Amino acid sequence: MGTGRLGAPMERHGRAADASASSAGEPAPGGPEGRRREPLRRRASSASAPAVEAAAEGVRRVRPGSYSGPASVSRQRVESLRKKRPLFPWFGLDIGGTLVKLVYFEPKDITAEEEEEEVESLKSIRKYLTSNVAYGSTGIRDVHLELKDLTLCGRKGNLHFIRFPTHDMPAFIQMGRDKNFSSLHTVFCATGGGAYKFEQDFLTIGDLQLCKLDELDCLIKGILYIDSVGFNGRSQCYYFENPADAEKCQKLPFDLKNPYPLLLVNIGSGVSILAVYSKDNYKRVTGTSLGGGTFFGLCCLLTGCTTFEEALEMASRGDSTKVDKLVRDIYGGDYERFGLPGWAVASSFGNMMSKEKREAVTKEDLARATLITITNNIGSIARMCALNENINQVVFVGNFLRINTIAMRLLAYALDYWSKGQLKALFSEHEGYFGAVGALLELLKIP
Amino acid sequence: MAECGASGSGSSGDSLDKSITLPPDEIFRNLENAKRFAIDIGGSLTKLAYYSTVQHKVARVRSFDHSGKDTGQEHEPPYEVSVQEEVTARLHFVKFENTYIEACLDFIKAHLVNTETKVIQATGGGAYKFQDLIEEKLQLKVHREDVLSCLIKGCNFVLRNIPQEAFVCQGDADAEFRFHSHPHGFPYLLVSIGSGVSIVKVEAEDRFEWIGGSSIGGGTFWGLGALLTRTKKFDELLQLASQGQHANVDMLVRDVYGGAHQTLGLSGDLIASSFGKSATADKEFSKEDVAKSLLHMISNDVGQLACLHARLHGLDRVYFGGFFIRGHPVTMRTITHSINFFSKGEVQALFLRHEGYLGAIGAFLKGAEQDNPNQYSWGENYAGSSGLRSASPGLGPTQRARSGTFDLLEMDRLERPLVDLPLLLDPASYVPDTVDLTDDALARKYWLTCFEEALDGVVKRAVASQPEALDAAERAEKFRQKYRDKLQVLRLQPFAYGSLTVRSLLDTREHCLNEFNFPDPYCKVKQRENGVALRGFQSVVRALDALGWEERQLALAKGLLAGNVFDWGAKAVADVLESDPHFGFEEAKRKLQERPWLVDSYDEWLQRLKGPPHKCALIFADNSGIDLILGVFPFVRELLFRGTEVILACNSGPALNDVTHSESLLVAERIAAMDPLVRTALREEKLLLVQTGSSSPCLDLSRLDKGLAALVRERGADLVVIEGMGRAVHTNYHAALRCESLKLAVLKNAWLAARLGGQLFSVIFKYEVPAQ
Repeated sequence: MGTGRLGAPMERHGRAADASASSAGEPAPGGPEGRRREPLRRRASSASAPAVEAAAEGVRRVRPGSYSGPASVSRQRVESLRKKRPLFPWFGLDIGGTLVKLVYFEPKDITAEEEEEEVESLKSIRKYLTSNVAYGSTGIRDVHLELKDLTLCGRKGNLHFIRFPTHDMPAFIQMGRDKNFSSLHTVFCATGGGAYKFEQDFLTIGDLQLCKLDELDCLIKGILYIDSVGFNGRSQCYYFENPADAEKCQKLPFDLKNPYPLLLVNIGSGVSILAVYSKDNYKRVTGTSLGGGTFFGLCCLLTGCTTFEEALEMASRGDSTKVDKLVRDIYGGDYERFGLPGWAVASSFGNMMSKEKREAVTKEDLARATLITITNNIGSIARMCALNENINQVVFVGNFLRINTIAMRLLAYALDYWSKGQLKALFSEHEGYFGAVGALLELLKIP
Repeated sequence: MAECGASGSGSSGDSLDKSITLPPDEIFRNLENAKRFAIDIGGSLTKLAYYSTVQHKVARVRSFDHSGKDTGQEHEPPYEVSVQEEVTARLHFVKFENTYIEACLDFIKAHLVNTETKVIQATGGGAYKFQDLIEEKLQLKVHREDVLSCLIKGCNFVLRNIPQEAFVCQGDADAEFRFHSHPHGFPYLLVSIGSGVSIVKVEAEDRFEWIGGSSIGGGTFWGLGALLTRTKKFDELLQLASQGQHANVDMLVRDVYGGAHQTLGLSGDLIASSFGKSATADKEFSKEDVAKSLLHMISNDVGQLACLHARLHGLDRVYFGGFFIRGHPVTMRTITHSINFFSKGEVQALFLRHEGYLGAIGAFLKGAEQDNPNQYSWGENYAGSSGLRSASPGLGPTQRARSGTFDLLEMDRLERPLVDLPLLLDPASYVPDTVDLTDDALARKYWLTCFEEALDGVVKRAVASQPEALDAAERAEKFRQKYRDKLQVLRLQPFAYGSLTVRSLLDTREHCLNEFNFPDPYCKVKQRENGVALRGFQSVVRALDALGWEERQLALAKGLLAGNVFDWGAKAVADVLESDPHFGFEEAKRKLQERPWLVDSYDEWLQRLKGPPHKCALIFADNSGIDLILGVFPFVRELLFRGTEVILACNSGPALNDVTHSESLLVAERIAAMDPLVRTALREEKLLLVQTGSSSPCLDLSRLDKGLAALVRERGADLVVIEGMGRAVHTNYHAALRCESLKLAVLKNAWLAARLGGQLFSVIFKYEVPAQ
């Protein structure tokens, strides 16, 4: 699971005053009122993005031209690209609160000459990443997400999507040291809160300078780019038809040809909600601390499960209506006066006030109720934001949705039902990787 | 004390507690006359409402029947005083734990004499569960009412009738509440956090719209909390939460960003992911920490949704209610922080002192629609109400036990509807009281002690006022006990009845005196003093008339001030009056501070008098006797002489030796007999005597008799004269009016005088002209 947007500006100068708040408020004593401002609509600009660290110098020298196909590109232009391209390897890193997301571009057009020149460490990285689907005990390559035959900065290759838990970050840095990354003079473009948290470790242990990037800039850039290249010929974006009906429910492609305005809901450990008006015009609307981390955290406490997959698997077998108090439990049916259907949840975990009912529920029921509670709440906040911002398409992304059809269908249904068909819930195949993709695009200076 | 459970029924096998002892003096009062019951049964508390009539003694004044008698005897009192029984309407609300419900129902049945009542209005989740029990025990048909509409009806009722009902919660160390004097106005948002959350937009008295809700509410805190901590009771969960450190369970911004949050201008304490650490760390978590994290999660979530709805509907005030809130400082605090955070300070979270009663009040009002309770004004009876006893987990066990068992609210029906004085510059920002003792610890300590020390004198006076009554001493002792208890509560919880003020202390004392049938301890004193003063009226007037114009104006002003010295409410004066029965008008004048006075705008006033006459003056009189007769009336006479009409407003009910409206009528009649100017003015309705609607030694210009307000408008009053410490210093000292005003007082309290930079018998003569 990825982290939610934790709301920080990435530059220390430039937008220094921008202090967008995190996912949720901690109403702690003496809370810093002054810092709780929301930025005005932000204008993301790639030109201002890195420029902080000395390491960014290398990036600056190489100025990529375009990521569109090279067919029409003149020889001269290719030459210029070649000069301005950053050196391999090309990584984009998004270090969240729970998961690290890594995208790696594997060049497939390596000439014999290049192969010969390729230093040993670079080759070893390439082989290690592309020939495995699991790294150590926790790293996983999402093979099914791999984007094939992509052209980036005039190079053709495959984009790989890899994730591992943030608590294994020290091992990752150690690996970078062991594989002598620093000798490659490469630049690590990283986003997410961990880009800050682990910056010092990268430097002191791995001798690697991180180029820290704004999380929201990367997220948006990544989404727009990935949507534009599609998913190996298929559509990246999709929606659910008849989400409430197990038999008729269908996942259908959605053409995001008119993406703006767009409400972007990124569900990682926490949740960030952005209103996007154009490629570089967006604002963070709000966020909530009730996100994927809450679902998994509560599930661990309630059921003793140890993995997200396990939690979801339990949830798929449970019955939340044993745990939640429904409208019909209180009113015997629909609460017509306020148009509340009997099936609606009146009180999440409300039945658990009773000792007898506490004793009658299974772990699966509790996992299901946790999932339903968190998902409904996100849907409800997203719907209110969409109303306040007057936006009717809502894209849900983030690793909470990974292999989580229950949540996606519930979001789709809840949004449609409570908005009386006015709002559409959209999803994207590469769920949690957009921040990392955005970081890679920054490395390549792709606008 | 009656053993309530003794009359218990044969039914058994439930967990209801039948063994409690109910003190009937305190709890279910006036059941004999009770009618119209309503009940609101929540998850753990039952709220019972009923209407009853209270019979109590009042002092009535009336003219002697002089026909066929030789009048004008030298020492005959000016009017007669008789004690009569009066019946007033009262609303009783009692809150107790559901476990006592059976015992309480038995008790009610046993004491209920009235049989007219056939139905009982019921609301709340428990209305279903306990329906059979109620019907069986009370032999009343249960009529179920919709929870939300009851809640809103109740909310509108308390906001309209209890001036300091709403408050904001601020600060972290103690529960610091700030009360709102005029919070009412539509539309507003009401967020009820029961087991789930309902968000309602209230647009008018009887118009509201359910605009949203959330399933994450009090039931989630309770249910999920019970699962996570194996703690079964809601209060215990809150107690756990108040001891926990949520940072051990929640993933904070600083956990994600490391130390960099500071350089980024982020607060590291913000929660990035609720329960985020319980997913990643392989360890045990303390119950306290988990409960705290859960509390934050739910409070933040409700606050965020409330803000989103408020924004969508363009509202900036949100009232919170429901059992999740109910007097718990810890939830009020977290909700307030959440609202401040998510609205960036643009939305205000408000709480209600009688939040727990809203449903019962609403259900009651629904059942009483034919009596139309909403056409009356009601006032909180401080003597019969428990006040806001915070259910803070931090309270000591004895306090908790007290607050946990029974809680009371009583509201008296006021004779007449109360409204704003039309001359208030800004009714919305008007605050009657000059000093908020809730804030001012030093002043609070002084006044609480002052009132406690004055208690002996008040008790003595009360006993002396009823020489024929055999039980006077006993009742006076009960009064002493009650008022001392109230003072004790206020020492510990100054916000129990809203902002603590000198006014509230005085009013509480009056309510307690009334409670024990001492409606007017000063009636005889007032009678005697009015008689004495009336006998001096003509010579005072003759002396004034002999003066030149300018001299006379000063003499009139001094007369008003000297008259105001005669205040039995002030200990310094009471001592003098007790020891020197011959202390008179001239002695009082000599006591006055010499000019320049402490506050002295007399020159401006004199200048004004040289100009055209005022159209109409509204005068709020203070004390009986010399104050009214030798101070106010000569001043009134001069105004009338100038061509200014006068509205003389006196209290509707007795308070200390303040003149009441009915006394003022008799006094005016006697003066009219002596003075042609006053006689003509009364006849031609150029001098009008009206009642204020109040029985307080202080003055709340936002709660005045509707008739008075109408008259002020009709006559185009352009001068307001407020006289006395209670009305012009403790209250209204800073009141801004739309017309000229005179605020006059003699400071008869050394401590207050010193605080204002003066000394005992310093003079306040404050003439104010509103800015153009």
